[in-house]
Amino acid sequence: MELSDIKPDVVHDVVGTFCPVPISETAKMIRQMKIGQILELIADDPGVVEDIPAWCKTTGQEFLGLYEEDGEYHLFIKKVKEL
Amino acid sequence: MSGIKALALLSGGLDSSLAIKLIQEQGIQVYALHFYTGFCITEQKRRLGIKREDGSPYVNPALRAAVQLGVPLEIVDISDEYFEVVLNPKYGYGANVNPCIDCRIMMLRKAKEIMQERGYHFVITGEVLGQRPMSQMFPTLRLIEKESGLEGYILRPLSAKLLPPTIPEKLGWVDREKLLGIGGRGRKVQIELAKKYNLEYEQPAGGCCYLTDPNYALKFKEALSVEGSITREDLVLLSVGRHLRLPSGAKLIVARNEGEVNFLKGFINRYGYAKRQDNKGTLVLIKGLPTEEEYPTIAGVVCRYSKREPAEVLIKIGDKEICLWAEPLSEEILESFKIIKEKVHGVE
Repeated sequence: MELSDIKPDVVHDVVGTFCPVPISETAKMIRQMKIGQILELIADDPGVVEDIPAWCKTTGQEFLGLYEEDGEYHLFIKKVKEL
Repeated sequence: MSGIKALALLSGGLDSSLAIKLIQEQGIQVYALHFYTGFCITEQKRRLGIKREDGSPYVNPALRAAVQLGVPLEIVDISDEYFEVVLNPKYGYGANVNPCIDCRIMMLRKAKEIMQERGYHFVITGEVLGQRPMSQMFPTLRLIEKESGLEGYILRPLSAKLLPPTIPEKLGWVDREKLLGIGGRGRKVQIELAKKYNLEYEQPAGGCCYLTDPNYALKFKEALSVEGSITREDLVLLSVGRHLRLPSGAKLIVARNEGEVNFLKGFINRYGYAKRQDNKGTLVLIKGLPTEEEYPTIAGVVCRYSKREPAEVLIKIGDKEICLWAEPLSEEILESFKIIKEKVHGVE
């Protein structure tokens, strides 16, 4: 699946926050979502590129991919289990 | 033992990682909590754009450890409550402005709530008896346990054999014989264990908290004594730039690099500032109201920290904009504005 084809169910903008806030914000959103739904996280902390996939791995969520545009990262996470 | 679930406090340092490993080895399922206090060094480095030697951003140590250990990690944000504790710790500060005892109590209280809500059996930490002067002495460990409401339910796998048996040991959930009896400040046993388990960890060992930094503590105490109060924004600004106090009581915060210039730019709508007209060099944030006589001094500071050459400087305070030509301030005068421990009451 191309990232451009992904239709996120929830978009959450955390631009201006830094580690670990983007991670705790991701968890907060995922907790509120239903299984199967997709979150698009927008962040400018370059550390999210490593952090969010790692977080998905530890908590068993599916990381779908990311792209960068004008210094902002768009990350796509699919909720596959309850947190 | 199957069906037993433990909640771990994971800083990402070696000790907390090893504590988890020892419990996992007993077949116990572990879920890790990492607390965000708002004073995290990794956060600060990333905010200022400071990178590792290879150019990559600093990683969150707890997350890295959780991946290695294969445990789910939850980041618990206690920054709102933590701010109050930093200003008014019930059990006082450590060597700097680190309220370690209050901090541990707060984290463990939160862990207790999560343990009860979600049906975990007990809590583990990487604490080592006698390792840290403030929070890891025996009476303090007891106090922290009592105040957090977790008496008997906090297991410290690295030092367990030096401590009275906990409920998980008494009930046979955990085999006490397989736990360790490490005490004191040495790191040898932990480093051996890291090799055995193939765990990567940060070197040198150190917390993720900049409240233990002596320079930060000095600026904190100075600001409190001169300004009388400290806001949340102050707590962040105290960790950025070079701080100079003018005779009027106004403070200058001088960016030391491009990352700090960018960071301080975020504050120029709410604070006064000074910089070279041609935008070369540093940015100086002005906190408080300097006297007009101090304007040439401020301009001199800008020149001193912007290529150390004379230049046209713009100073903006409220609606007022002043332009003046200045020479770099002499080192002697500059010294008199520096915040040093001899000038700050209560700092030895």
